[in-house]
Amino acid sequence: MSDMPKRTPLYDLHVELGGKMVDFAGWEMPVQYPMGIMGEHKHCREKAALFDVSHMGQVILRGENVAEKLEALVPSALTALPAGKARYTFFTNENGGIMDDLIVSNAGDHLFVVVNASMRHQDIPHMTANLEGVEVTEIFDRALVAVQGPKAVDVVGALCPAAVEMKFMETIVADILGTECRISRLGYTGEDGYEISIPEDKADEISRAFLGHDDCEPAGLGARDSLRLEAGLCLYGNDIDNDTSPVEASLNWAIQKRRREDGGFPGDTRILKDFADGTGRKLVGIKPLGRAPARGGVEVQSEDGTTIGSITSGGFGPTVGGPVAMGYVTTANAVPGEKVNLIVRGKAQPAEIIKLPFVQQNYKR
Amino acid sequence: MKFTEEHEWLRVEDDLVVVGITEHAATQLGDIVFVELPDTDITVSKDDEVVVIESVKAASDILAPVDGEIVEVNEALTDNPGKVNEDAQGEGWFFKLKVEDLSVLDDMMSEAEYNTFIA
Repeated sequence: MSDMPKRTPLYDLHVELGGKMVDFAGWEMPVQYPMGIMGEHKHCREKAALFDVSHMGQVILRGENVAEKLEALVPSALTALPAGKARYTFFTNENGGIMDDLIVSNAGDHLFVVVNASMRHQDIPHMTANLEGVEVTEIFDRALVAVQGPKAVDVVGALCPAAVEMKFMETIVADILGTECRISRLGYTGEDGYEISIPEDKADEISRAFLGHDDCEPAGLGARDSLRLEAGLCLYGNDIDNDTSPVEASLNWAIQKRRREDGGFPGDTRILKDFADGTGRKLVGIKPLGRAPARGGVEVQSEDGTTIGSITSGGFGPTVGGPVAMGYVTTANAVPGEKVNLIVRGKAQPAEIIKLPFVQQNYKR
Repeated sequence: MKFTEEHEWLRVEDDLVVVGITEHAATQLGDIVFVELPDTDITVSKDDEVVVIESVKAASDILAPVDGEIVEVNEALTDNPGKVNEDAQGEGWFFKLKVEDLSVLDDMMSEAEYNTFIA
């Protein structure tokens, strides 16, 4: 039975709402609901959408100097992260590649960490083995629900007034319908919104209450992918992986000054060298100029026909109203406005390098 | 109207075979955002990949259901691929084929048989 896909506490709700269930990283998840990916995507950009992200790994790290210890595995500064704040970072390997990306929250007396569903099996043992004196506890009895979009503040605020005044990347514990939840003002759609960790036995009731708001509709993994792509956010396994350095992936902003100077994380030699000398390739936004979507794996050529890279994520951007993509190209060509060709089914399709994102991020700063 | 296991429909109109995908297929594919049509006046064999359609999710190939010559394509889909979702078995047709012998359609599924096939 171990290879049966797992179900989240919201499984019955997904089925009741007409969700089209697929196996994603060993979890039975809705890829879309009857509204369809296009409609769900637009609803999230215009109003609010609820996503089940319970398949992601929620982890509690507890111990003396836990932030300092975790800094040995990630290149971001965590010791100065104040209580009630969250930060995006990634585990790096000895070659300076990215093992997974994650969100670390300072929850006061512990760190609350969220990792990708597909990498839970790697990340938990990685932390357990390498964080000496730290208790690593994977949480199995809580759902994680994202409410995203410009109206998310109204949807969540209606049940949790404390959420309204929060700012981007802040995290609190607050009551929703009589249950203590961890509420973080962040997400992965490019919109304002929240991710809410809820005890499993209350997840269905609270999610239904959010969906009871006129502006909130359920959205599946399909819309989540097109939303994050338009917002220029990397998907682990597509845009970043064990062979891409954070500097190649244009994630420099996640590596704070002290860490760039002092190193002290796996692969620091390579990553600090990348900062000093630059990299041979860069992750960029790529806008196909025609109508044909160019998906992951498509070759990118310069106008003279030289191969200069490939697409890592691509598809149709419902808000853009046309195809969107991102991928790696040689640094010399990684210039906004540069004209390139994408080889789609053997035919060269014109495209242009753009500065990410395709759709402006809309966070509550 | 006749149907194939590849979820295509075929309708004879003025001795030509009009080809599209079924409503069921269009619903399964989701919002269609791009249709790449073949050239006209080309000869195709059964199971040749003649049309590429892309939904928000993925690309799919549409195969020639029978041997024939493509004499007309539905250019309107280039600017409005969503027509396939709106009216899959009408305005959302892809191409018209000239075939030598229309009896090749005889063995294909009827609408009732297709409905049983997808049930």
